[in-house]
Amino acid sequence: MNIVINGIHYEVEKNTTILQACRKAGIDIPTLCHDDRLEPFASCRMCLVEIEGSNKLVTSCSTVVKDNMVVYTHSDKIIEARKDVLDLLVGNHPLECLSCDKSGQCKLQDYCYEYGIIESSYNGDRREPYVDTSNPFYDYDARKCILCGLCVRVCDELQCTSAIGFGNRGFDTVVTTPFNEGLINSKCVSCGNCVSVCPVGALTPKVQKYRHWESKEVQTTCSYCGVGCQLNLIVKGDKVVGAQPSKEGPNDGLLCVKGKFAYKFINHPDRIKTPLIKRNGKFEEASWDEAYRLIRRKINGIKEESGSEAFAGLTSARCTNEENYLFQKLFRAVIGTNNIDHCARL
Amino acid sequence: MTNSIGEVVDTDCMFVIGSNTTENHPIIGAKMKQALKKGAKLIVADPRRIELADYADVFLQLKPGTNIALLNGIMNVIIEKGLYDQKYIEERCENFEELVELAKKYPPERAAEICGLDAEDIVKAAVLYAEADKAGIYYTMGITQHTTGTNAVMSVSNLALLCGNVGKESAGVNPLRGQNNVQGACDMGGLPGDLPGYQKVFKPEVIDKFEKAWDVKLSSKVGLTIPEMFNGAHDGSIRFLYIMGENPMVSDPDINHVKESLERLDFLVCQDIFMNETTEFADVVLPAASFAEKDGTFSNTERRVQRVRKAIEPVGDSKADWKILMELMNYLGYEKKYLSPADIMDEIASVTPSYGGISYNRLDNGGIQWPCPDKDHPGTKYLHKIAISRGKGLFMPSEYVESAELPDHDYPYVLTTGRILYHYHTRTMTGRVEGINKLAPSSYVEINEETANRLGIEDGDRVQITSRRGQIETNASITDIIDDGVLFMPFHFADGAANYLTNSAMDPVAKISELKVAAVRIEKVNGNKSEVV
Repeated sequence: MNIVINGIHYEVEKNTTILQACRKAGIDIPTLCHDDRLEPFASCRMCLVEIEGSNKLVTSCSTVVKDNMVVYTHSDKIIEARKDVLDLLVGNHPLECLSCDKSGQCKLQDYCYEYGIIESSYNGDRREPYVDTSNPFYDYDARKCILCGLCVRVCDELQCTSAIGFGNRGFDTVVTTPFNEGLINSKCVSCGNCVSVCPVGALTPKVQKYRHWESKEVQTTCSYCGVGCQLNLIVKGDKVVGAQPSKEGPNDGLLCVKGKFAYKFINHPDRIKTPLIKRNGKFEEASWDEAYRLIRRKINGIKEESGSEAFAGLTSARCTNEENYLFQKLFRAVIGTNNIDHCARL
Repeated sequence: MTNSIGEVVDTDCMFVIGSNTTENHPIIGAKMKQALKKGAKLIVADPRRIELADYADVFLQLKPGTNIALLNGIMNVIIEKGLYDQKYIEERCENFEELVELAKKYPPERAAEICGLDAEDIVKAAVLYAEADKAGIYYTMGITQHTTGTNAVMSVSNLALLCGNVGKESAGVNPLRGQNNVQGACDMGGLPGDLPGYQKVFKPEVIDKFEKAWDVKLSSKVGLTIPEMFNGAHDGSIRFLYIMGENPMVSDPDINHVKESLERLDFLVCQDIFMNETTEFADVVLPAASFAEKDGTFSNTERRVQRVRKAIEPVGDSKADWKILMELMNYLGYEKKYLSPADIMDEIASVTPSYGGISYNRLDNGGIQWPCPDKDHPGTKYLHKIAISRGKGLFMPSEYVESAELPDHDYPYVLTTGRILYHYHTRTMTGRVEGINKLAPSSYVEINEETANRLGIEDGDRVQITSRRGQIETNASITDIIDDGVLFMPFHFADGAANYLTNSAMDPVAKISELKVAAVRIEKVNGNKSEVV
């Protein structure tokens, strides 16, 4: 298939959408409701493009490339159309960027900046405030919701829990649970995949308190179950303050409640911070050198009295490969026994 | 897993047995539900009506401990109806005749009788599985944690081979591994009879190889498994125990026995990120860094070796486990120094054929699935593709044998255990997350309404449960997802710990304990309703 985008020829495969073709060509098309993993929704209208020979602008996320199509992505007409979309969205969106947790990573904020929207030219009604704070991990604030439907579709198409949907109609539409029973009383399993895809500040983790620009992300592997989900730990200073699923890896951009929200053990005050030696039945803080020396003394003593077979070690399915390798090497090569096992059977 | 997680969405039929996937492997559970949306069929076999059962084409609510009878019954139907893959068996398998003989003894009526099922449902499941082009079996501890666990795994394998589902994309035999790196801990030789890469300690050529690589003398005597270690500690033959990142005082069967064993040790070293029920018995506790504070790799259930990356500095004076182990080895006179985990991985690759081609510079884009024998090998998406690895797929027919402990007059109920979505293992991590504790605050026992009525137990009542090994108190949760006569407890909670009750009787081969079947009695405590915090 041939396509001409902004005057340049490209070749694309059959059944490619205009959006996919543009992204492959490195052309940035703004989207608010699009996610590669989901069926096209074509609701936000930000991805509008112009096709030569057609009076109507089309949504590039839902329009499949036809052979020899000629497409414009940033013509004056399109820029104006996108500005209108943003103008309408902002008309019903509280401009609380100063206090909004999402500031700095909000797509609406970014696009308004890019397209020069400072405030709305519409002075119409505002939606009735509606919040759902019943879930212990995250809140929904309908005032900030742009009804892109990403949360609803991720919950339905990928997580397949279908806990949330659109409630009410037209201007009063909100994302809600059946019969407005509240998230805590719904089928919601607190996976937070809705929170992870929300492009604005409508779905946010509780007690977040960090600014995007003062944080960094580090991709790693989740430490809970054996699926090995890839996630980005969000770090502020010396603390982990959040987790975001990575689209690489077996999880394909999804997480469960533990991967998404149960990271708070990391900086918990209960963490053991120094070696401890038990003296007279009580643990006392010790230096690493003291601890190592005591272990060495015991190992040498018991080895002399009872031989290597008096030792046993439980290595850990919670630790890394490298650590497990060293643990068995310590027992086999240094202590001299194969008495090594771990909780594979539990 | 013989196959990969990503392949689940393209399967034609899923047979989920002994796995509450949506709670214990939530992302694989979500992929299964995505497969259903694309038209896949689903068979679920479990003693509880788990979430997946609601979407199943056939749900087999079997009695705990009867997996092998069910699997043999299914194979009986497939063989009788001629639905097996004759060509595949001829080309790729051996010992089929013996399987045919065994399966004859398990007509669906007999299997149904043993399992407490309808024969018709067994037939339906057999036909669904056998007629699907790509059918995958997914299982976890519901299959393995029995005195007949090894034979149950063999039976799963028999069924998959029978229908040509091994060595095929989106099919296979797929044990879903529990912990983040249980696969890796096994791969790395965290087993008493295996050096890294499952190289056997009793083989002279293996010992020779590692003696050269490590420049030391090695023992070729197969070591002890965990239950054997605790028995050894109990009888005084094991004097020194080193526990890294594990909490057997909650997770292991028959906790009273574990406790006595730990108390009898001369010296116990615990290395962990939090104090827990086990560290209380330690002589020395070494503070370890959490996964967020170190570099390394985990190997997931689909054999994918993936990077763990340091996000923050170790908390307090804690150190990465690899650093602690290296420094201790150095104190003990083994001078080898590693500059980083990447350095250790290079040594792993040099002695472990299946990790031979793995190094950190190759792991940045999505990891690599072993076997990966050399630097140019792309890794292995699914196993046994060209041929079964051992040459021929060997049918290992296995008879059904009853669980070690069956209900009787004194202990009339069957207790089975498992995990729930919100907690992980012994709650050392999840128990410190406020929201998690709101959603799942305390220990409970699921009890069928009829059982409860008979005993005068109401929802939320405080109940006492007793087995031959111990006694605990917990809260009753009355539900219709479990059969009359069967009880279920999550084992996460130290207060009201299910493992005081569980049976440590072992499978003779895998040495896994029968955590899924224990005979117990249950009674109401003083008629008082408990305060649920």
